[in-house]
Amino acid sequence: MAYSEKVVDHYNNPRNVGSFKKDEKGVGTGMVGAPECGDVMKLQIRVEGDKIVDAKFKTFGCGSAIASSSLATEWLKGKTIDEAQTIKNTDIVQELNLPPVKIHCSVLAEDAIKAALADYKKKAETETK
Amino acid sequence: MKLPIFLDNHSTTPMDPRVLEAMLPYFVEKFGNAASRNHAFGWEAEEAVETARKQIAKLIHADSKEIVFTSGATESDNLALKGVIEMYHEKGNHIITSATEHRAVLDTAKALETKGKATVTYLSVDKHGMVNPEDVRKAITDKTVLISIMLANNEIGTINPVKEIGKIAKEKGILFHCDATQGVGKIPVNVQEMGIDLMSFTGHKMYGPKGVGALYVRKKAPRVRIASQMDGGGHERGMRSGTLVVPLIVGFGKACELCEQEMEAEGRKLAAMRDRLQTGIMKALEETYLNGHPTQRLPHNLNISFAYVEGESLLMGLKEIALSSGSACTSATLEPSYVLRALGVGSDLAHSSIRFGLGRFNTNEQVDYTIKRMIEIVTKLREMSPLYEMAKEGIDLKSVQWAAH
Repeated sequence: MAYSEKVVDHYNNPRNVGSFKKDEKGVGTGMVGAPECGDVMKLQIRVEGDKIVDAKFKTFGCGSAIASSSLATEWLKGKTIDEAQTIKNTDIVQELNLPPVKIHCSVLAEDAIKAALADYKKKAETETK
Repeated sequence: MKLPIFLDNHSTTPMDPRVLEAMLPYFVEKFGNAASRNHAFGWEAEEAVETARKQIAKLIHADSKEIVFTSGATESDNLALKGVIEMYHEKGNHIITSATEHRAVLDTAKALETKGKATVTYLSVDKHGMVNPEDVRKAITDKTVLISIMLANNEIGTINPVKEIGKIAKEKGILFHCDATQGVGKIPVNVQEMGIDLMSFTGHKMYGPKGVGALYVRKKAPRVRIASQMDGGGHERGMRSGTLVVPLIVGFGKACELCEQEMEAEGRKLAAMRDRLQTGIMKALEETYLNGHPTQRLPHNLNISFAYVEGESLLMGLKEIALSSGSACTSATLEPSYVLRALGVGSDLAHSSIRFGLGRFNTNEQVDYTIKRMIEIVTKLREMSPLYEMAKEGIDLKSVQWAAH
């Protein structure tokens, strides 16, 4: 199987690898997948106001899973919470030219985005209470 | 050093130039049909085939009349299982095989089951991937007509106690088929001592050409009969019709001759290189696990799981080295290696496994380069792995509630 140029680029030069402290203010963390399934993504956002000012990821998975999460962090930066909600797995598939067997990687990345956003919102609610 | 490096010698091997040289005259100049009994062109081809048959038989300690040429090991496995079940259906329909056999045996057995032609027992293996001969004995029923156990596994290199299994088969009067694809030419094989009645092997795993293989079919004590699966001109004593592929057979013969002459020294060289690779990688990287038997394994095989990194992403970072992984992501089914699963290796570690297959033309320089690159890429991917991060924080990954997908 040949990888698309964009997948190879993200794999070779992953954007925004790393971690924020989970309990830090304004940080939302999404962890999806399972080691038994061969992929686990951790995606984190740092929010100021209603804007995502930074994003980081760590991924255990194939090249397409790494590329999907790397791309997701790129897209998240600078978006508002509402805008981030609209990122769809199909956008990732299109951008990275993922073959059908790798679509689940994009689904996982969308799940990770949703989970990070939900975690941020939950934290924000408890912080304001 | 030239790149890429080929370290996937379980999938296939490069052809030895000496094999090609032996084959060349049989394409244009000596093109006869070995079945043409009435002219010089046929005689010439027949002579070449018979020479090859002797070279092949010698390597496995058989008689040349016991060699049936096929297109490869998959066909040989099909012919052995289907041919025996069809021929001996009045005696019984039970096959005993193991969970870690090659797909060519497992899928053939399943096909026979599905068609209602056979019932099959799939023996489990121990944590090193070895079949216990006593399990074979216990699985035998009065309907058992065939035991099919591989010599050495293609993923983990574990060598089965074939001699003991052959002894049990003989004792019980049951035919014993051995898929020896990975072992012939690499380790000594003696069909007499091992009590093998049928044996599959192929040219391209031993520096010969692709497209030719053989099924050893015992002629004496007992005389094994199989129903042909390809009918036609009655070639190969009626067991496999079809014009013999003379140039490929000549190459297969030459490849066997070379293995017979060089196997001992080559095996020592490969084992030393493999140990160098194993030590180099496993000493430098923590949490690496050897899959397969620590000692009873093919000299050129190494299979390691690298915890916290996924196999396909490893291979992607090692584009200049040809390797194979048990990761689901490298297969169409999205299931990790069934062989590793049968050993009790967790799915997570099965996804993290890499198979190294050394061969005749690999060098220590290539091995050292591979060690260096493996360390680099595993370290890089672990830095990127949330699992590694969690493990470093002291979190027990088994205690985490994962959202399976």
